[in-house]
Amino acid sequence: MSAANKNRALQLSEDLKKLSQQAINKSGLPIVNDEKTRDPILIDQNTLLVSYLLPVKKIMPFFEGLMRGEVLATRCRRCGAKYFPPQSDCSACYESEMEWFKVSDEGVLLTYTQINVKPASFSNCEDYVVGIAEFQEGVKVVARVLTNDLKSLRVGMRVKLAVIKEAQSGNLVYVFQPLQR
Amino acid sequence: MGRVAIVGVGLSKFGRSTDMNIKELAFVAVKAALNEAGLTARDVEFLSVGSFGLWQSEALPAVVISEYCGFENAGTVRVEAACASGSAAVYTAANAVASGQAKVAVALGVERMSESPQEVVVEMLGRSGNFFWEFENYGLTFPGYYALYATDYFSKYGASEEDLAEVAVKNHYYGSLNPYAQFQKRITKEDVLKSKYVAWPLKLLDCSPITDGAAAVVIAAEEVAKSLTDSPVWIKSMGVAAGSSNLSRRKDFTRLEASLKAAKMAYKAAGIEYEKAAKYLDVALVHDCFTIAEIMAYEDLGFARRGEGFILAKEQQTYVGGLIPVNLDGGLKAKGHPIGATGVAMAVEVVKQLQRRAEPGRQADIRNGTALTHNVGGTGHYAYVFVYSSS
Repeated sequence: MSAANKNRALQLSEDLKKLSQQAINKSGLPIVNDEKTRDPILIDQNTLLVSYLLPVKKIMPFFEGLMRGEVLATRCRRCGAKYFPPQSDCSACYESEMEWFKVSDEGVLLTYTQINVKPASFSNCEDYVVGIAEFQEGVKVVARVLTNDLKSLRVGMRVKLAVIKEAQSGNLVYVFQPLQR
Repeated sequence: MGRVAIVGVGLSKFGRSTDMNIKELAFVAVKAALNEAGLTARDVEFLSVGSFGLWQSEALPAVVISEYCGFENAGTVRVEAACASGSAAVYTAANAVASGQAKVAVALGVERMSESPQEVVVEMLGRSGNFFWEFENYGLTFPGYYALYATDYFSKYGASEEDLAEVAVKNHYYGSLNPYAQFQKRITKEDVLKSKYVAWPLKLLDCSPITDGAAAVVIAAEEVAKSLTDSPVWIKSMGVAAGSSNLSRRKDFTRLEASLKAAKMAYKAAGIEYEKAAKYLDVALVHDCFTIAEIMAYEDLGFARRGEGFILAKEQQTYVGGLIPVNLDGGLKAKGHPIGATGVAMAVEVVKQLQRRAEPGRQADIRNGTALTHNVGGTGHYAYVFVYSSS
């Protein structure tokens, strides 16, 4: 759900670049005075941009599940331990034979919050709600709750686990839809 | 394993620092600590540095600090335990001394969070929940994680935003008496309740701030400690535990299992009964990154029964003179929370309290000569609970 608009961290960095270029034009150095304390501050002339690359081969069935509209978890074939987020090795018995199962469509909302002060990558988003729900298979899931009406939510209410396309990017994500009961 | 003691402490002023780079800031704390100990840089045989560091320019802070402080005879390491990195540094240095590897070690915590823009800092913190399953698609923030605890706690035990405000009022009160604190202004319950939501139901004044700061302690083996001072503060026991990376894998959201485990480990080694812990301790420093975290700590550390932590706050039992005074330095809430420096700053404060040299109005009555620090990393990912003693 990160905003497809211009990356905020990049924007902040470009603002600093501009500021330091002005300083260089004036004094020959990228040193500016801090707005509050007036202390001299040197602005880094290089920009570090990182997008991480994550191997998902061992849990690829999870992503294939999303393509079918399903949220999948894993169960250890030896000891029965269940995992969400899904994992390919059992932390309990060290077996690596896992079976995949579908998390049921409806769960119970255990807790929730609304994010008001947002991280740089989400700074273009409206305030958003995130919650944790528990499902009958015994797994708990963190996901976005699709509502902006906090008053309509309560701990213990039922939510639907759904796979949707993000409005801007089309990226498949799983979310909670509050159920009116 | 030998007994180890803290023989000198030092602190920089906490807050937004624009006048010192990371090594200069660290130097302030190290210089004060060595002066107190009556030692020189050449006496130091090991340096552990707690620094989370993503936001700051220097990638290897331990190396630049070791060189700048003139630690010619010391090996060094940077340790990471998120917001408990400082306690991890104390743990590492104390073990280096206890094992006989070093006679004198320094544990330093330092953070320069203001080197990156605030929104980027918020993102770096949020990413350390569980990166892919909690942050990548859903944008959880640190206040957000603790807000998930607050919502569940309110729902289970009937506590309210007003009850959390009690913690903020207390910690700002003690911050106002601490010259090293970032916030030295008292606030009222109304101020807290009127402040803006950061992550509902947590508001700005429920949250610890973004802070620059450094803290250092000199740790010495028993015979060295006794030769240096008449009042060493002994590290009596250390409890360490870890919790799940994903918040969704916790049993519930009203406690930190890691805190509970670490406390029981530290109490057992120090001969403290869990249910009566408050009776053994003169003062406690607990991890109040958010007001709800202090309430949960009361329960996880055995000061209050399950679901009754907020009543302790309501009845003002954690002020001086109450059941157990907590965070008399203002806590993370008002003193500030320079991530890696926090745990070491807790050790600094415990020493000041046990040596009865805290500023007027924020000194606990020292009867048993026993005190506690409780430092949590992440959303309950790491927990360090230490018991200190003046004898």
